Amino acid sequence: MTTAIAEVPSVRTSNAPASQTMWTPFNARDEGQRLFKEWYASLEQANERKEPVANVFVMGNAIEILRSFDFHMVFPEINSLQTGVRKTSAEFIRVSEDYGMSPDVCSYVKADMGMMLKEEEHPTGKIPRPDITVSSNMCGTFIKWAEIWERRYKMPSFVLDLPGQRTSNWVVRPGDAQHSADSRWVEDQFKDLIAKCEKITGKRFDIDRLAEIQGRVNQMVIHWNNVMELNRVCPAPYNAMLDGLTYIGIMNVYRGTVEGVEFMRRLEEDIRAKVARGEGRVPEERFRLLFSGTPCYVSMRRLVELFESWGGVFAYSDYLTFAAGGMDAAELLYDTSRPLESLAEVTALAAQRGLSNQFFAHERMEKQIHDYGVDGVVFHGIKSCRFVSAGMADTRDYISKRLGIPTLYIESDLIDPRYWSDAQIKNRVDAFFEALQQRVGAGPMRGREVPTGTGGPL
Amino acid sequence: MKYVAGVDVGSTQTKAVIIDRNRTIVGRALLDMETSMMTIAPDAFRAALKNADLTEDQIEYVTATGYGRYNVTFGNEQVTEISCHARGAVHLFPQTRMVIDIGGQDTKAIRVGLEGQVEDFTMNDKCAAGTGRFLGAASYALEMPLSDLGPLSLKSTNPVRITTTCTVFAESEIISHLAKGCLPEDVLMGVHHAITSRCVSLARRVGIESEATFTGGVSRNVAMVQLLSQQLGIPINVSPDAHFIGALGAALFAHDRAFGNKQQIAAAVAEEA
Repeated sequence: MTTAIAEVPSVRTSNAPASQTMWTPFNARDEGQRLFKEWYASLEQANERKEPVANVFVMGNAIEILRSFDFHMVFPEINSLQTGVRKTSAEFIRVSEDYGMSPDVCSYVKADMGMMLKEEEHPTGKIPRPDITVSSNMCGTFIKWAEIWERRYKMPSFVLDLPGQRTSNWVVRPGDAQHSADSRWVEDQFKDLIAKCEKITGKRFDIDRLAEIQGRVNQMVIHWNNVMELNRVCPAPYNAMLDGLTYIGIMNVYRGTVEGVEFMRRLEEDIRAKVARGEGRVPEERFRLLFSGTPCYVSMRRLVELFESWGGVFAYSDYLTFAAGGMDAAELLYDTSRPLESLAEVTALAAQRGLSNQFFAHERMEKQIHDYGVDGVVFHGIKSCRFVSAGMADTRDYISKRLGIPTLYIESDLIDPRYWSDAQIKNRVDAFFEALQQRVGAGPMRGREVPTGTGGPL
Repeated sequence: MKYVAGVDVGSTQTKAVIIDRNRTIVGRALLDMETSMMTIAPDAFRAALKNADLTEDQIEYVTATGYGRYNVTFGNEQVTEISCHARGAVHLFPQTRMVIDIGGQDTKAIRVGLEGQVEDFTMNDKCAAGTGRFLGAASYALEMPLSDLGPLSLKSTNPVRITTTCTVFAESEIISHLAKGCLPEDVLMGVHHAITSRCVSLARRVGIESEATFTGGVSRNVAMVQLLSQQLGIPINVSPDAHFIGALGAALFAHDRAFGNKQQIAAAVAEEA
């Protein structure tokens, strides 16, 4: 097969400094929650302390520049996601629909709009008002969403224009003429952004600080890619969707920080230990699955339970790369001797690959199926975001008909609980596993505890 | 002699089928859904026992299917109706490579293998448009029994276009067409076209194969059979037992459990030899 995507580097020793402290037990979920709590707590007082705040998106965000100016980073997508995880999204969505927003609008936007209409009250505390917004064309909704903030908060909105796919057969390669031209285009925009940041904060841009932050991002990315690769073993040590959510949360929120590097270092250490002990996420791993798309945060645990009750574990999810800024880590590491140029090159490359997802998703997925020993692929369409669901039909067709790998398509939403229909989704999941079992010659339910029904008399 | 049973608890009806060791249907029952899903399954099972002139202790194994499968407390296992319709259809029509099932609230297109194993499937999502409920809405609006809808719509010469994709709004759209003076058969044919269109779209997603079997209650509608066959461009099998195919498939899975499936039986025979 000809692949458009460069080979994922093999597991290698991290550049991160070795721990100088005694080994202490590490629970990634607890540690992740602690870090998230600290992050939200730091946001609460930001406005009162007159510390600069930036609203940014998970993709195409120039966090490294903003962090070099000591901006607090607010991720409205993560705020909205958190309303789903905390089972409060329905109320925020209702408030924005009462205001006049259509049920078809992105539920992240509606939850955020609901939060604004509730005077920035969020289940995690008070969300500060931003001094600048950095968005990009990675998603059309970003720009319109940012316009809402621009009007509400009366602050500048900076839109990065990141060049995407030109033709259907064009594959971007680092250093080629097009990529070089695009990088210069992005770098010029970064210079404009730096000028804006200097004006807002009253600080001079410090390029050494940027390089220092980029060095830490590099360390996090290397750890992160090692963590992903470690899930190639059977049994898979973690669930790429459920556990993966905590991991990529830290990858985003703590990107380029000391705490972020330390979390990822300890995470890799912990996962390596699990692999050495042969410890799997599910007690008896029977099916290795790939999850494609964005999860339903409001029913995340239920979704995982539906699959794990059959011994199915998500060994990989494409969400782990497109939402963690690590589409292809080997080429997305920064050259810290050329901080700004390198930032532009990596941003242009990541954006082009992100925006080209629908053209090459099937090729990338074929490789992931092979690398992670995947038995079946689960696609999750998002009702209020057709953008992320658009290419799924073609990819699914390729995976099931050309590769003969069983696929399942289910649909709900990011955080709108009204789209979660438990009986319908369970029916589809059960049928998917029955088909998987039939493929290997066993009848449905073989080797599995019957969940209800005693077989007793009437 | 021992027997096995399949019980299909659907959204509008519950079906029970009893088969013998040779996989021949010896008893069946069909009950319209009542208020209690807890009692309808045992009632249907008892009715099938009576129909077969058997007693409960002669039943070796019971497999439940349908949305209410977990309410069949006397069942030994649960299997989704997707697997059961595939299995039942291939049992009745061995050349079947695609199953179209239109039930009360679900429409499914299932691509199946030689032994009735599910290779791929797709279903309507979050909306009952394109399912049996759509015909139910037409029946209510026209004050006409469901069984008359198919034959009358075949008399249509100028079908209307039903634009709605919502079952609830379909009723008001039908009334609106009638109020404009459209003939009932033309309105009905429009409804049938709308359902067929959604169903064929599902079939295309899994891949249209050489021969299809139409299962579920709507397969008794002659107009639906004709339109589906035309639009899919392949022969459509319809069994007089179409209503029972889910329950039959469940009974066949029960048969595997009680007596072993084909491979297991062949392996046992080989071992004995």
